[in-house]
Amino acid sequence: MVRSSSTIILKHKKLNNELKTKAKEIRKKILNMVMKSGGAHIGPAYSIVEILTALYFKGLRIDPNNPNWEERDRFILSKGHGCAALYVVLTEKGFFPEKELDKFCKKEGILGGHPERDKIPGVEASTGSLGHGLSIGVGMALVGKFDQKNYRVFVLLGDGECQEGSVWEAAMSAAQFRLDNLIAIVDYNKLQAIGAIDEIISLKPLKEKWSSFGWSIKEIDGHNFGEILPTLKLVPFEKGKPSLIVAHTVKGKGVSFMENKIIWHFRLPNQTELKQALEELELDK
Amino acid sequence: MRDAFVKSLLELAKEDKRIFLLTADIGTFTFDIFRQTFPNRFINFGIAEQNMMGAAAGLALSGKIPFVYTIAPFVTMRCFEQIRVDVCYHNLNVKIVGVGTGLAYGSLGPTHQTVEDIAITRALPNMTVISPADPLEAKKVTRAAVLYSGPVYIRLGRSGEPVVYESDYEYQIGRAVSLREGKEATLIATGVMVYNTLKAAEILSKEEGIEVRVINMHTLKPLDQEVIEKASKQTRGIITVEEHSLIGGLGSAVGEIVSEKKNKIFFRRIGLNDAFCSSYGNYEELKEMYGLSVSALVNAVKNILNER
Repeated sequence: MVRSSSTIILKHKKLNNELKTKAKEIRKKILNMVMKSGGAHIGPAYSIVEILTALYFKGLRIDPNNPNWEERDRFILSKGHGCAALYVVLTEKGFFPEKELDKFCKKEGILGGHPERDKIPGVEASTGSLGHGLSIGVGMALVGKFDQKNYRVFVLLGDGECQEGSVWEAAMSAAQFRLDNLIAIVDYNKLQAIGAIDEIISLKPLKEKWSSFGWSIKEIDGHNFGEILPTLKLVPFEKGKPSLIVAHTVKGKGVSFMENKIIWHFRLPNQTELKQALEELELDK
Repeated sequence: MRDAFVKSLLELAKEDKRIFLLTADIGTFTFDIFRQTFPNRFINFGIAEQNMMGAAAGLALSGKIPFVYTIAPFVTMRCFEQIRVDVCYHNLNVKIVGVGTGLAYGSLGPTHQTVEDIAITRALPNMTVISPADPLEAKKVTRAAVLYSGPVYIRLGRSGEPVVYESDYEYQIGRAVSLREGKEATLIATGVMVYNTLKAAEILSKEEGIEVRVINMHTLKPLDQEVIEKASKQTRGIITVEEHSLIGGLGSAVGEIVSEKKNKIFFRRIGLNDAFCSSYGNYEELKEMYGLSVSALVNAVKNILNER
């Protein structure tokens, strides 16, 4: 008994370490990719690296060789500006060749500053304007229920995005329609484009707000695989209710001078900064 | 028109299981039978049009054909960005149905009237815009919208519209219908204005001996350019008639074509001026007040032709 549970712990540790290594690689690839374009959202991409890695390598039931497989889980990146992370994760997972990353934001490429369905294998919805993804997810989850399919719909929202009223329209309807096949994740990094959320339009108390809208909530550290993986396994948290994961994250996570700095919402590093960032990412943390 | 649409949709839903009806707290009795027949394919999203339109996109992305129905200003303007991004950018099979366009909501005032919807919807890539003339056409348009793959905006009247088509005819999206022959001018109308225009043409013929061609331009986008080409060659001028703002509607759409033609043709527009409706009254009274009644159209056309 004791032996088998310690075996499980060891197994989990091994998996978490593998994913940590993966996340590190993904961050480096994001940086190399965006350096080839004129502009990108590094900070918003870095805060969701672990969430996307966990989803695509452990959480989602998907088949990269058959991106339109009918029974697949759906994932919508409602905060479309974080797409740099999604693109790298999709190539790591084999949805399209890695060399496509070299053409990021280039006229000959398929990867733009916001993700586009039909162009990019694995992208379920074109996003970029905030406050749209959850409603699209509601529609997909309604069809899942109607057609008695087992797929789940995951929607990743930015925290600043929750200032959009349409998010709350969608939240109300998901609870009303008892969509327990719908899972929203809020990337709660506490910063938006030009300031701290609490100093602009605060979302507090975020958990209580969603809970009063009829959702079942779990709060986690959005960079800790030891918390993300078991939480993803628990969905739906309650039968008959949509699930929300409040993922506490750090904008620009992984590079010391980018972490929690508003300027890295949209800034590109210079050569010195790039060198330092890549060195930091190389170090095992 | 509303009842014809609902009846038609019910028939179509029996044939095609992909059809869903989405509404935002509108249609108290209108949808009773649909609701009873297909309780799971009728979804009331409450007073939340943005979410309804986004969810419609989600339904369409999952293989369904959602008809999104509510009062016209709310189904076009309240959720315009969802139409633009979620529906049109994805080029999805979502059918948007606006009821009570133009001044049809009369005394409820400008919040419920819709005189800008053609202008904004036809500016969207991938969008098809249709304004049926009467109940029979509304029925045909509903069927055509199901058979067509892609976003469609259908602008309906409210109820009690007079009959333009006494007998069956062949309907095709983008193909205008000629309703009357004449050489003095071509009157191109859309929606409920087709009936008034036709009546005005009859009076002009009977009382003034002026023979005009009347075209039902039911599809605002894509516009039937051939019918405009023919009118400019075979008749002495083109006058558009619409219950919509003169900015961006049928007159603008036809004008865009006419103004780029080599051979110049006499062209005028009849429609609503750039102002919110400032009076209350019933629908007929408002049409009279804003120059869209049959008698007002007769006078307007006479004056336009006199100044030519």
